[in-house]
Amino acid sequence: MNDLVKRSGRGVYVQGNDIDTDRIIPARFLKCVTFDELGPALFYDERFDTQDVSKGHILDAPVHQGASIMISDTNFGCGSSREHAPQALQKFGFEVIIAESFAEIFHGNCTTLGMPCLIMEKTQRKALAALVGHHPDAEFLIDLQAQSLIFANEQFSFTMKDSAREAFLTGRFDPLDELLVAKDAIQAVAARLSYSDHSG
Amino acid sequence: MGKNLYQKVWDDHLVGPLENGQYQIFMGLHLIHEVTSPQAFGMLKDKDLKVAYPGRTFATVDHIIPTDDQSRPFSDPMAERMMAVLSDATETHGIEFFQPNSGSQGIVHVVGPELGLTQPGITICCGDSHTSTHGAFGCIALGIGTSQVRDVLASQTLAMDPLKVRRIEVTGTLSTGVTAKDVTLHIIRMLGVNGGVGYAYEYAGAVIEAMTMEARMTVCNMSIEGGARCGYINPDETTFAYLKGRERVPSGAGFDAAKRRWAGYASDPDAHYDDVVVIDGSAIEPTVTWGVTPAQALGIGERIPDPAAAEGLDQELMSDALRYMQLEADAPIAGTKIDVAFIGSCTNGRLSDFQAVADVIEGRQVASSVRAIAVPGSEKVDQAARALGLHNIFTAAGFEWRKPGCSMCLAMNPDKLVGDEVCASSSNRNFMGRQGSSTGRTILMSPIMVAAAAIQGAVADARDVFQLEQTS
Repeated sequence: MNDLVKRSGRGVYVQGNDIDTDRIIPARFLKCVTFDELGPALFYDERFDTQDVSKGHILDAPVHQGASIMISDTNFGCGSSREHAPQALQKFGFEVIIAESFAEIFHGNCTTLGMPCLIMEKTQRKALAALVGHHPDAEFLIDLQAQSLIFANEQFSFTMKDSAREAFLTGRFDPLDELLVAKDAIQAVAARLSYSDHSG
Repeated sequence: MGKNLYQKVWDDHLVGPLENGQYQIFMGLHLIHEVTSPQAFGMLKDKDLKVAYPGRTFATVDHIIPTDDQSRPFSDPMAERMMAVLSDATETHGIEFFQPNSGSQGIVHVVGPELGLTQPGITICCGDSHTSTHGAFGCIALGIGTSQVRDVLASQTLAMDPLKVRRIEVTGTLSTGVTAKDVTLHIIRMLGVNGGVGYAYEYAGAVIEAMTMEARMTVCNMSIEGGARCGYINPDETTFAYLKGRERVPSGAGFDAAKRRWAGYASDPDAHYDDVVVIDGSAIEPTVTWGVTPAQALGIGERIPDPAAAEGLDQELMSDALRYMQLEADAPIAGTKIDVAFIGSCTNGRLSDFQAVADVIEGRQVASSVRAIAVPGSEKVDQAARALGLHNIFTAAGFEWRKPGCSMCLAMNPDKLVGDEVCASSSNRNFMGRQGSSTGRTILMSPIMVAAAAIQGAVADARDVFQLEQTS
């Protein structure tokens, strides 16, 4: 059962601190005017050599095909603000990312796309990563409400940024509709600001 | 207790709280470019929405534009398509677009300040992480994702969590040959690439106060490389003098009124900070990177660190970085052969960067083994440099003088590394594959350090190569 609050699926551990968005999606794949085709380009230069031959990356391991939960280390998604990175992860099939910490722009992008970023402290995360390696077929059971994660009969805990968790619990992970409601209040701020636009 | 600049700007632009606990913040200025924004117009169309405040959004083209032949259609059909989509979208929605050959095109973070669009006390956002650059003027400048570009186009607001503020005081005076780039690389080295997560950085102290606006932009530009959501410097007379007379800045009595208003945004003397870090600026050396993150940096006289001194995953990742860079632990970084020298980017592609290099390379020659390119950050920078004859000094020394764009900083255009070439680069990211080859190697440094490396054919101390005397 997968809804906004309860997530399940199989996992894969992609090791590394400071995995930047250039690694997640190399810049040449940003030459596009929609995000539709980005899935296969995920981590391309880590997965394939310059002749497009597989380097045997963990994402391409047969046992991890279909994984929807990615585990990594610290400061995941740093660097460029490109939303192409979470878009590529999502289109590749990922629905949840677990790391010790996330770069902020990346975290915001993931939340808006409905992809929760779970923060897990080092000891637990390392244990979880090892367990996923041993049990690639086992299913995660994640509950954002209870902030609980069960994998291979073991219980793990995680935290989330309060606003992100609230966004998933209320189903309002995409803020646009709520932002638009405040039309008059926005106009009032624009009018009270001591500077106007610069187009003149 | 007084307020810091971040709190003042936040309070001024607050629309109200949101249900998930975030806040809705008005964006005074929205900048867009061809890579991260065309998709947002598609999203607007899907929802049948209009651009709410078209007079507050400005567009330029920078990432994909070639720096040699800029004639249309571009030789890369996808680059041409992106340009066409942005051009159509801006026309449809009544957004001003600084097109090539308009005299105002350039890298978005060079264009905003030089036109005077970037002003103290405002909120700025752009679908580009280096938007932090604009904070040099004492504004809150945020890089955002494409869905947020959509939010700003549709509502002129963003959903935001409040940030903590860390004051970074750089004290003392910089030694000769040490630049803003060295200061920012040193700060990131000290605090780490994720040290700033959850923070806005306020840069202060004698070193920052003594900097020109262009140097301050270099510092704020790299805030994002330290993990900070944004970075800013309190506006002062240097800020106001830079802005005076700029195209989009009020003149006469309007300027005087604006100046009074701007000065009011500076952090109060008794402002609260969530953290304060003091860094001795006098001790900063010309700094270069040895690894694959901007924090993997060292002074030019130091030796490359030994992974054996680290533990666990850190040790493994340091070894991976050395393997990727084909460098040896405990070896000096000076003397590392380079193949390419790149001066440009939103970090170091402004007039003063080219002036500083021209001052030291006149009469010298780039090593025959090095491909060297100089890429002005904007058409205005190009024009000003040409008016001073700088382009002739660069070309006489063996640099190619190119047309404005992001160029080799991120390789979304024809300027790329080939194979495992080593690039001495004045840009901002030494990530694996960043400069367009999946095995390409980047060593970040200041423009004069790039020039020294270009001439020596290897990483070198600019103070020795150019015989820079310590003046005190």
